[in-house]
Amino acid sequence: MPTPPTLDHPTFAIVRAEFGDARLRGTEFRGQSTLIVEPGDLHRVMRFLRDDERCAYDFLSDVIGIDYLGYPAPTPGRFAVVYNLCSYPRDDRFFVKVFLDPSLPTDGVEEDPALYLDSVTDIWPGAEWPEREVFDMFGIRFRNHPDLRRILTWKDYPAHPLRKDYPLRGRGERERYRVVDRTDA
Amino acid sequence: MPYTLTPPDPFDIDAESTEYLEGRVDTGDRWVLNFGPQHPATHTTLRLVLELDGERVARCTPHIGYLHSGFEKLGEHLDYNQYVTIVSRMNYLSPIANDICWHHAVETVFDVEITPRCKAVRTIMAELARIQDHLLCVGAAALDLGAITGFLYAFNPREKIYDICDLISGQRFHPDWTRVGGAMMDLPDEDLFTRMVTDFIREDLPRALKDLESLVLRNKIFYDRTVGVGAISREDAVAWSLSGPVARASGVRRDLRKDEPYLCYADNWDGQGAEAVSFKVPIAEAGDVYARFQVRLEEIRQSVSIIEQLIDRIPSGPMNAFTDSKVTRPPKSEVYSSIEGLIQHFELIMTNRGWEAPVAEGYGANETANGELGYYVVADGSPRAWRVKTRPPSFINYQTISTMLEGHMLPDVVAVLGSLNIVAAELDR
Repeated sequence: MPTPPTLDHPTFAIVRAEFGDARLRGTEFRGQSTLIVEPGDLHRVMRFLRDDERCAYDFLSDVIGIDYLGYPAPTPGRFAVVYNLCSYPRDDRFFVKVFLDPSLPTDGVEEDPALYLDSVTDIWPGAEWPEREVFDMFGIRFRNHPDLRRILTWKDYPAHPLRKDYPLRGRGERERYRVVDRTDA
Repeated sequence: MPYTLTPPDPFDIDAESTEYLEGRVDTGDRWVLNFGPQHPATHTTLRLVLELDGERVARCTPHIGYLHSGFEKLGEHLDYNQYVTIVSRMNYLSPIANDICWHHAVETVFDVEITPRCKAVRTIMAELARIQDHLLCVGAAALDLGAITGFLYAFNPREKIYDICDLISGQRFHPDWTRVGGAMMDLPDEDLFTRMVTDFIREDLPRALKDLESLVLRNKIFYDRTVGVGAISREDAVAWSLSGPVARASGVRRDLRKDEPYLCYADNWDGQGAEAVSFKVPIAEAGDVYARFQVRLEEIRQSVSIIEQLIDRIPSGPMNAFTDSKVTRPPKSEVYSSIEGLIQHFELIMTNRGWEAPVAEGYGANETANGELGYYVVADGSPRAWRVKTRPPSFINYQTISTMLEGHMLPDVVAVLGSLNIVAAELDR
């Protein structure tokens, strides 16, 4: 049985004191601390993390989507989005994580009202393309995103390919893709 | 026939949904130019839809994904050693830097401390990769702006780096050299390795750098075409998540080698109190295309000084960490001559065995030539990662191109593209 993580990163205490009403959890692994917030609290926590000078996370390094379908350890939700934050003034790295559960079957591309998060592009404009990638790969949409389109696959791609229920070799998109020949080009 | 002005649905772009240029005066003379996906100045395959006002870029919509080949999906199906062959193909200008970064992230999650010898050789190779990348970037920038000589002078010395990769791994282009806890093998001939590296950094490279600087940076035409072009302020660079030489050219003081030190950039890297390698992080203030190339050339010099500090004192000892543990592959001599070595080899090679990874996730990042390259590894206890997310510096840097190009002339597009050093294989993965 692994020892429970020690949550001694100073940001935990600051965020707890500021958001007493929010449901916050934390994890720590190999010196990397992750704050787990509820989807509804995400945007205000993120804004606080950038604006408060004790936190000052002014650099969003990356936005990471994860699908935990069938993961060996229990997780609070099927999908997770992890925000990788850096503070240049304090030279610190911190992770914020949100869990989401789908309300529709996940093998298609229907818009799922449960898979929505508030975009952080108004806090860090650099979140624009990473969030588009999360949308493209996992079908998690972002409210108030300036330009939420697919980025790596094409517009009509019939799936979100990094979901765990999408097979490695695809569902035959390459074989069945419409071919344009000279007669109708 | 010229392009139709304001066609109803030009090239089925969704440029209209982007609001990069709110408030810009529309003179009604706009036309749309499709740049790429196949174009010599895009280097690989990427597409820009440029909405032009005369010859001025009013709006630029990048479209990427032409080279998307599901690297991260593959990462969930290949084990921690196999996936190195895939990451190597991301930034193919400096493939070995990807290898080193990938296994740095895996070793962070596994909590493996690699040996001093491995750290020193990895640092040397990482710096050679930086030189390799910057040489091509600066040379190709000259090529894009119409000067082929600089490109040739920069390209020649890269061949020597390929020779060194060939020596240590048996492959020139994609070495796939690192393994969990070490490397695929020890240096086959340390004297030869040292001699090749020193010959390169003392003879070939200084000459090439001198030529390159006078051919490119001191070239009046190059100067006129790059100074003040594509400038981005320090605040914007941080807000837009820029990293690497592009950010440092805007005055961002950030280099992971200093700020989150790893390998020989950290103090006490050999466990006996060795000091971190000393080098300076070049910073420019202008933030324009010219400053980015200045920073890159200066970084090559700093890389040379790092290699000079290490090349004559590569520690002896094993290359792979903990040869009696279950993490690294034993040397071939042990596999063929002892039963323990054979067992351990098969424990890692057979598909139903392998590592006992923790059920946890972690992030490891290196400062590569283009900026912060990182891997977020979600491990599930099996020999294959559950999820591998790359933080590709090209991808993050490239999203600023629309803002950088606003209001610039059409020929500046090529200059800005070259200065960001976009590698489409890393962009699309």
